[in-house]
Amino acid sequence: MGKRVLLIEDEPNIMEAIRFILQREGWSVTTHADGATALAAVAREAPDLIVLDVMLPNRSGFDILKDLRAAAPTRDLPVLMLTAKGQEKDRRLAERYGVSRFMTKPFSNQAILNTVHDLVRP
Amino acid sequence: MHGNPLVGSRIRERRQDLGLKQVDLARSVDISASYLNLIEHNRRRIGGKLLLELARSLGVDPAQLIHGAELALADALREAARGAELDKAELDRLDQLVRRFPGWARLIATQAQKLSALERTVDGLSHRLTHDPFLAETLHTVLSTVTAIRSTSSILSQTPDIDAAWRRRFHANLYEDSTRLADTSQALVSYFDRLSQEETRFSSPQDSVEDAFAAARFDPRILEKDDSVETMLQALKLDDPAARSLAERWVRRFSLDARLLPTQRLMTAIEEHEGDPDRILAVLGCDADLLLRRLAFVGRDRAGRPMGLFIADGSGAMVFRKPIDGFAAPRFGAGCPLWPLFQALGRVGQPIRQVLEMPGGRAFEARSVAKSAPTAGFSGTVVIEAAMLVAEVEAPAGVPVGTACRICPRSGCVARREIALVGQGF
Repeated sequence: MGKRVLLIEDEPNIMEAIRFILQREGWSVTTHADGATALAAVAREAPDLIVLDVMLPNRSGFDILKDLRAAAPTRDLPVLMLTAKGQEKDRRLAERYGVSRFMTKPFSNQAILNTVHDLVRP
Repeated sequence: MHGNPLVGSRIRERRQDLGLKQVDLARSVDISASYLNLIEHNRRRIGGKLLLELARSLGVDPAQLIHGAELALADALREAARGAELDKAELDRLDQLVRRFPGWARLIATQAQKLSALERTVDGLSHRLTHDPFLAETLHTVLSTVTAIRSTSSILSQTPDIDAAWRRRFHANLYEDSTRLADTSQALVSYFDRLSQEETRFSSPQDSVEDAFAAARFDPRILEKDDSVETMLQALKLDDPAARSLAERWVRRFSLDARLLPTQRLMTAIEEHEGDPDRILAVLGCDADLLLRRLAFVGRDRAGRPMGLFIADGSGAMVFRKPIDGFAAPRFGAGCPLWPLFQALGRVGQPIRQVLEMPGGRAFEARSVAKSAPTAGFSGTVVIEAAMLVAEVEAPAGVPVGTACRICPRSGCVARREIALVGQGF
């Protein structure tokens, strides 16, 4: 059983593609699409890495990241943030909240695999 | 009789511009050529019916003969001088510029108006690109869809041993995403097309609607017909969807007004009561705000000229303007706080009548009333709106008002909120 990644993303086709490429690399992938219940999913799945979209229904990825960093069990958990908003202010906000890596859409499959490998070895 | 000493000179100038002989103009208004000659040399005062008939024969507004075009041009130049840091001596010579070089003065005023409109367009576009929720949402959709297509197609092309079920699934995803991308791209193209039309028109939807109402010169009875909305929208000739949608809102409103107070009934009352709004209101017993709005489209002042209408919402923003010669509302920024329109907002339900005197000396009778409209029963939000009907009158004096503080020359005004270009301070 490989290391676990929780993919929090509301675009089903992006979610499916990322899940496929990570699973082929040996990751155990679970997915979640709602911002409001994302923290409960994190507590339930206890992942080794989170791939987190910024624009989620009901709660933004920034708010989720802020709460993750405020709680002891997830303070140091690697979080890769994905966004379609490449604005510098979003990147700065994510860094201020303690993001591990920040990637803007559209990204290549290889780039996402490299980043995930940099953060956690499967 | 009108006391302005230059009325005769303006009549002569206009006649000569049109290439009319003195004798022909005199004949058209049923006076002798020698009497017209005295008038043209400012040796006979002129007013009333004869002035109106001469103006009609010369194809000009009577006000232009009385006051000339200089006042409006001077106001436009004061507006143009805003922010130009001209010293007082220069501003004091503004009237000289208008009199001695009217062509150059008109050029300056026109260019300043165009510049102002361009600045507004740039501000609008910049604000839109930053804050427009449609644009933000659509671009987000484009980027997300492109990401999905890129990832999926990359998997399909770089994974030759992919399971057949996964392959089918990814093909279906690709089809779904490419369709979504095509639809979103089309929406974006329409959006930018519309934007570029707005960019070249230099006006807001509100400006377009008001200009269209002014240009349409429609028969007010159209508003009472069953197909009034379609007919009016066709007559207004508005291409921009935002302006058309705003126009539809006003047309529906004015059509409802016309059904509540039909044109024929109002015209009979106007005739019987010499166009006096106070007497008409007493006889008809309708809502005062309804009468003001209807008179603006059906009635005329005592000299047969159209009347102006201004409607403001509870915040004081003017939401509808039907200006008349000599009494305009500024297109940018707020109007004169002394107008009864704004005073009425603080006295909901209480009609106000005042004679207003504009800086050039022209007098206008203004009637205003504010009304609150409960939008959701007794516990819902209440929207307040004021309407003001304006008609030019011959009156010795009135409440001194202006168009807007920044171009108003009145010193010591208690309501002044900003320093005028032509003044020394508050």
